[in-house]
Amino acid sequence: MATYQLNVNGQHREVNVDPSTPLLWVLREELKMTGTKYGCGISACGACTVHLAGIATRSCVVPVSLLGDRPIITIEAIGQDPVGRAVQDAWVDKDVVQCGYCQSGQIMSAVALLKATPKPTDTNIEESMGGNLCRCATYVRIREAINSASQQLK
Amino acid sequence: MQASFKTDNDLNLNRRGFLRVSTAAAGGLLISLYLDLPAFAHVGTQAPPPKVYPPNAFVHVRADGKIVIQVNRLEFGQGVQTSLPMILADEMDADWSQVVAELAPAADVYKDPIFGIQMVGGSGSIAHSFQQYRELGAKTRAMLIAAAADRWHVTSDQCRTENSVVYGPGNRSSRYAELANDAARKPVPDKVRLKNPSEFRLIGKKVRRLDSRAKCDGSQKFGLDLDLPGMKVAVVAHPPVFGGRVKSIIDNDARSIEGVRDVFEIPLVKGSGVAVVADKFWTAKQARDRLKIDWDLSGIEHADSSQLWTRYKELARTTGNVALARGDNKAMESIAATNRIVAEYEFPYLAHTPMEPLNTTIRFDGDAAEAWVPSQFQTMDQMAIAQVLGLKPQQVTFHTEFAGGGFGRRAVIDSHVQREAAVIAKRFRGTPVKLIWTREDDVRGGYYRPMHAHRVEIGIGPDGLPAAWRHVIVGQSLVAGTPFAAMMIKNGVDGTVVEGVEDTSYNIPSFHVSAHHPTVNVPVLWWRSVGNTHTAFVMETLIDELATRAKIDPIAYRRKLLKSDAKKLRGALDLMEEKSAAWRNNLPKGHAVGISCHECFGTGVACAVDVSIENKRPKIHRVTIAVDCGLAVNPLTIESQFQGGVAFGVTQLMAKGAITFKDGRVEQRNFDGYTPPYIVDAPVTVDVHIVPSTEAPSGCGEPPVPVISPAVVNALAKLRGKRYRSLPLVNI
Amino acid sequence: MLGHHRLLVRFCLSLLVVFVTWSALSILGAVDVRPNKTSTADAKLADGLAAWEQVYSVLTSPRCINCHTATNYPQQGDDRHRHFANVIRGPEGKGVPALNCISCHQEVNADSTGVPGGHNWHLAPLSMRWQDLNDQPLSSATVCRAVTDRSKNNGLDGPGLLKHHQEEPLVLWAWNPGHRVDGTVRSLPPLTHDEFVAATRRWVEAGTPCPKGR
Repeated sequence: MATYQLNVNGQHREVNVDPSTPLLWVLREELKMTGTKYGCGISACGACTVHLAGIATRSCVVPVSLLGDRPIITIEAIGQDPVGRAVQDAWVDKDVVQCGYCQSGQIMSAVALLKATPKPTDTNIEESMGGNLCRCATYVRIREAINSASQQLK
Repeated sequence: MQASFKTDNDLNLNRRGFLRVSTAAAGGLLISLYLDLPAFAHVGTQAPPPKVYPPNAFVHVRADGKIVIQVNRLEFGQGVQTSLPMILADEMDADWSQVVAELAPAADVYKDPIFGIQMVGGSGSIAHSFQQYRELGAKTRAMLIAAAADRWHVTSDQCRTENSVVYGPGNRSSRYAELANDAARKPVPDKVRLKNPSEFRLIGKKVRRLDSRAKCDGSQKFGLDLDLPGMKVAVVAHPPVFGGRVKSIIDNDARSIEGVRDVFEIPLVKGSGVAVVADKFWTAKQARDRLKIDWDLSGIEHADSSQLWTRYKELARTTGNVALARGDNKAMESIAATNRIVAEYEFPYLAHTPMEPLNTTIRFDGDAAEAWVPSQFQTMDQMAIAQVLGLKPQQVTFHTEFAGGGFGRRAVIDSHVQREAAVIAKRFRGTPVKLIWTREDDVRGGYYRPMHAHRVEIGIGPDGLPAAWRHVIVGQSLVAGTPFAAMMIKNGVDGTVVEGVEDTSYNIPSFHVSAHHPTVNVPVLWWRSVGNTHTAFVMETLIDELATRAKIDPIAYRRKLLKSDAKKLRGALDLMEEKSAAWRNNLPKGHAVGISCHECFGTGVACAVDVSIENKRPKIHRVTIAVDCGLAVNPLTIESQFQGGVAFGVTQLMAKGAITFKDGRVEQRNFDGYTPPYIVDAPVTVDVHIVPSTEAPSGCGEPPVPVISPAVVNALAKLRGKRYRSLPLVNI
Repeated sequence: MLGHHRLLVRFCLSLLVVFVTWSALSILGAVDVRPNKTSTADAKLADGLAAWEQVYSVLTSPRCINCHTATNYPQQGDDRHRHFANVIRGPEGKGVPALNCISCHQEVNADSTGVPGGHNWHLAPLSMRWQDLNDQPLSSATVCRAVTDRSKNNGLDGPGLLKHHQEEPLVLWAWNPGHRVDGTVRSLPPLTHDEFVAATRRWVEAGTPCPKGR
């Protein structure tokens, strides 16, 4: 066990965990922040996506020992960011979600895309969202919502 | 260790389809299960058995004006936590902006009116509960009016309602919140007037989901997210071959990890496994990884895919148990070989892999228990937990949690996950224990859509239509050996295996369908749209082949061949043809159209797809899909179900869309080896068109799934000049 | 006839004597077996080419070639299958927004989760592709030409290549590739790092020769 000082959603948090513990489980079980989801544990599905120093990162494969002091933003706080808010609003407006379990990760990925590419093409969307799995397969509406958010952010 | 669970020998069935579990010496259980028809093949065609549904179990009008509506089945993506409350709120004239939906716990009153158990499946949510929720809303409204009428000393017919307000003569008005207590004391009316469809304010409209925002900001809790004071987390090491047993465990390495509470052998439904209980998931998982378990894998079949295929294909060449024999049995003989087609099809095992891994949380208190389960099968799961804990079902308080998908995986007759959790909880009395199956457990844990082989021989008539059709299907029965067997197996044929062929709407004069149900040591389960997943593929690709041979347009051919009374299919076909005409006749080079249609769960569906080949994979640019599902309660939900459902159906085409076995072991372990569709694999656009209808609503959860695979493959056939009879599509 | 035969035998025997004497003398150095510089160059060339083949064996081992693809995706595993989750090259070989290499790959291996890591994890540029568009390794001659083409290899000369092989973190990673998800260690290249550097040195000292042909 070791103690780590984390910067989560702008707040300082201290945790005492095994160094090998992935950030995902630190968030969910130490900090009780369950918005970030466990879908596969091998970074194949994207349900665990957070922003680590501004980079969309799959928290299920990053051990807490490798975080350093990089700030972490999760789905719980992304709405405070204008791009995050626009994406969430578009998601609701376009009625994207079905079961919703993958959508925290979808939204975090979409926000990363729009921050880097404010006017994404269909190809940009397909490539950047290409690693986020949705078993309900809400992909058609995800595309629509990203385009909508992009319009709103003009 | 012996599994100590009741077997189905303890269950008996009477002719009318009522199932009672005998009160056995073990301190038995009584359940009632009404199954008038094969439960998952027919929907919406039966009048519900007379049951009383007290409105106060379904609606709570709070003092703050919020209207809390109980949803009698799991929300796992299909939208019922919005569409069922919509129905009730409409008849109730409730202010929709004040409606809050809750997933009802397990209780008699929440049983599905047709199935007779609390469950979701068979695309039955709206079909079975539409009338029920309308009546609940109307009755609640009637009671609110009665309360107001009392207060004002007027009669009920002098009052009207709108937006959670009762209006009376002379400008009187009262909010529902003010009347709620009095209304609850009013007698529940036996009969109520339901709205004329022209009076609907919500039903028939595109109403957005109630649970969207919470699912977008991380606040929605699913079963896996549950956190209770003092809770422990458990994982189970399962045998590498189904039914294997623990011989010995070396666990000192595992126990040495800080936070590990216990390691012990547990019985499984078949065989045994090892439970690890720890303070946190990561601890439990690490400990399990360090276990050294010696398994006894003797005396059980070690399933092997290549051996199974040999066996299946051999069986397919012989007639099985007859499901249907219609017309002249000798018709095929009089058709020349040059006018015959013989086709053999292969379908692999499929895993469901809903996004939320399986989980169940239970706290056992000795004389009672509490369970939190994202369950499609509350009645069955509650019963199973009670059985393991030595309780009556009503002693188990059973909460229904939101689920991250299901597709059938959370409706398991043997409630195996809940039984594992109960065994573990029993050992940790007073402590809530959350059992989590990892994704690897899920991919390898069985309960798959079975593998199937088909062999079809078609004799083509002079008009190019099939005159004779002999169809053999090989596949494990889903219900043999379960309480559902007597209902769903007739003449040795499991209806879920032949549905989609046996009940085809195509008019084939000489039609013979038979099935073999081999016993294989692989647990199997219904996968969204069940038998239709493979039968529709066979039917719709063969029909397409016949159309091509006859040089008839595939839509026109289907029209010729469909029975004249196949109203829903014909309507869907017409609408699809109309809505896709513009693009179908204007395809770019390298693109092709694929057509298919299929009716299941009471709903007729027809689709056209625009497909090209990119990076050696089918690229689905567009799907135009038309559906006749009777009255469309929430067209927005229906649109989502169809957009999602067709993309879900693409799972069957994915290059890594197969579960395979070698020496009893599943060869895949996670999404890297069993890969469902990502955004690049799914259709880019899907336009959904609903045939206007005032008929009773039928299901939309499963009907989208069967049509997509044959449509895509029919398009590929045009592009590549070859037919595809083996799924998944590995090489195009 | 007998006479001719005897003459022939005597001739062959004398040749044999000359040859053996010449060999013996040359071994003793008494006779210079390199009548000119060409054979020295030949030997060095041969040695350099042999060294290159050793280098090539490392470059085309999975730990290296999986990132030296000709396509818009990396490979993974000893069987060099396409990397899962549709990760792609992106404009700079670092993936695309929301799906960067560093979305998962950190600065060091994450053995507890089975993800390899190294500083600045990214794909080699397309100019350094060592496979064809069908994911087949290119020939020794082709790879050699690519690696030594200063217009394609980031301007590296021989010593620069040697330094790259000695010090570049992602190169070094190949010999510390970390654990897979199932706990097994990823396979190593066919030579040790020291052997790889030694072979590189020999090849560089021979003037980084490339095999002829395709």
